[in-house]
Amino acid sequence: MDKTYGLKKTACMMVTVFAGMGAGAGHAKDMSFKEVADALHAVMEADRTVYTRLIVNRLQNEEKVIKASEHWKDEKALVLPAQMFRFGAEMVAEKKANFTYSLLSLWPINKQNAAKTAVEKDGLKAVAAKPEQPYYQTETLGGKKYFTAIYADRAVAQACIACHNAHKDSPRTDFKLGETMGGVVIRLPMK
Amino acid sequence: MAILTSRKALWIYWGVLTLAIGAYLALGLLTKGAGSDPWLKPARVLFLPGQTSHGHYQIELACESCHTDPLGGKDVLQDACVNCHGAELKEADDKHPKSKFTDPRNADRVARIDATNCVTCHAEHKPEITAAMGVTVPRNFCAHCHSGENDIGKERPSHAGMDFGTCADAGCHNFHDNRALYEDFLLRHRHEPDLLAKMQLPARDFAAVVRELPGYPADRYPLRQLDAGGADAPAGMQVDQGIVRDWLATAHARAGVNCSACHQAPADGGARWTDHPDHKACAGCHQSEVKGFLAGKHGMRLDQGLPAMKPGMARLAMKAGAADKTLGCTSCHGAHRFDTRRAAVEGCLACHNDRHSLAYRMSPHYALWLKEMSGEAPPGSGVACASCHLPRIAHKSDDVSRMLVQHNQNDNLRPSEKMIRPVCMNCHGLGFTLDALADPGLVAGNFNGRPSRHVQSLDMAERRERELKEKKRGRNGG
Repeated sequence: MDKTYGLKKTACMMVTVFAGMGAGAGHAKDMSFKEVADALHAVMEADRTVYTRLIVNRLQNEEKVIKASEHWKDEKALVLPAQMFRFGAEMVAEKKANFTYSLLSLWPINKQNAAKTAVEKDGLKAVAAKPEQPYYQTETLGGKKYFTAIYADRAVAQACIACHNAHKDSPRTDFKLGETMGGVVIRLPMK
Repeated sequence: MAILTSRKALWIYWGVLTLAIGAYLALGLLTKGAGSDPWLKPARVLFLPGQTSHGHYQIELACESCHTDPLGGKDVLQDACVNCHGAELKEADDKHPKSKFTDPRNADRVARIDATNCVTCHAEHKPEITAAMGVTVPRNFCAHCHSGENDIGKERPSHAGMDFGTCADAGCHNFHDNRALYEDFLLRHRHEPDLLAKMQLPARDFAAVVRELPGYPADRYPLRQLDAGGADAPAGMQVDQGIVRDWLATAHARAGVNCSACHQAPADGGARWTDHPDHKACAGCHQSEVKGFLAGKHGMRLDQGLPAMKPGMARLAMKAGAADKTLGCTSCHGAHRFDTRRAAVEGCLACHNDRHSLAYRMSPHYALWLKEMSGEAPPGSGVACASCHLPRIAHKSDDVSRMLVQHNQNDNLRPSEKMIRPVCMNCHGLGFTLDALADPGLVAGNFNGRPSRHVQSLDMAERRERELKEKKRGRNGG
């Protein structure tokens, strides 16, 4: 399962991701699917945590100078951390980068972010039970084989649980700080 | 021998004729711009595989507009769609962007309906199956993804059992643009009266932002009042004093825009005087307005290198006497006088002859317009044709934010919900607006009366909010 993700174009793609991590194309060429997914996730998790803590939580929950809202344009508010993540994923998709990622949950506010494939369902349950242990699996979707990695997504700030516990569409209202609220799903094509 | 010769000659004639016809047809098909060439146009018409939709019929002979590479397949067509419509979809917060469907987790949905390509639902040249908005799939298309295991009735019990053919009914849902229909928006505007306390359209602000506009030729035409003596028409030219008077009465003369600014505009060759400047001259200062004009029904032919649109070519009813007018900036604005008030009503009604247009002068909107024109009511209180169809919208570019007249009259036309936020809600409450736009008779009669239909959207959103609150109270023990 854990074969080398050695496609040249993927190596090139990874250069950008690793720019801040001291790794280059030479390293990326020899990386396994798991290592690539782990590296991508490291960047995603760091950016996501920084935005949630330093922007949303600080300005909305601590300093109380601006709100974050799913209707950020209409309400002249900050983009929600989950939207920030999704907009990034959409932009990556538009660039036709050779991987996709999404933020899913067993308790999604937006039902489109519920687990859909069997691997997503198993993986989200697995990382909810053992957040420190990512879940890796292969799956075939639309006739193509993918290496799918799922990582626990935890409540890193008060802003996360305050919003999810109060939102009218949230199926769960008892999240606690540090708890797993969902998972980051990264898919790498294996062809 | 003579018979043989004549038969031989016939064969030669036949061969030459066949070759000539073949060459003519090939030229018609392959020559760039054949659609605007009077000699080659008839050949190109023969290759049209079927009439195009109302959105594209004006440019259907400019095949290369969409088929940029005849061998490129779906990707080329997709690029062509995005090239003209992509920015608009982004602006509309498209609810079904392509990126949603290139995600492998939605591969099963794409297998049912390939939503990664516009032409899956908007096929061209298929008049027999083309419905409103150029949609060529049956109205119940939502069922492909929102039925069965993911039935919308499970997420929204109020929707259980509803016919999928009704999802896109007026005031309910659109596939792309739901900016005026999302639940929290409905709730925020639920208590608004039919007529708002303040009913006013936004004012244009060109004069206020003109200094900041990139490319504005302030170096050559400083912003200062000009008088008749300052007009810079070439020496020796006989200038009609009526023209000078018209010009002096405009913002152009007040802002230093001299004769040469339009008649010797850089886009028209600079130093050479042109008696009849076209839209390219206007774009020197009014770039965004011209961009809108070229994207809409009035200018799209010019944008594709075809001769200008004439009302006689339109599929909508037009006045017979206007059939041969050619459409450019001055056909509505009038040269020299550039009276936007005239352009906003008379400019339209000089050509348009359909029921909605003809009913305008009987409408309450027109009565308000007359009051504004006579000075009885304040600026922005009257409703002209252009108030709704060429509305003033907040426009942001990298350089400047401004209130711009959207000259692409197609931008907010279909589905009509696109008109709700930038137009209707300047004066009307959301509930009234949804009901009015859902009443085809009222729309055709130009809103002379009250809506006879009621859209349930607001009621459903309110009911759901109430139910969720009750559920929450129950969960928290009362």
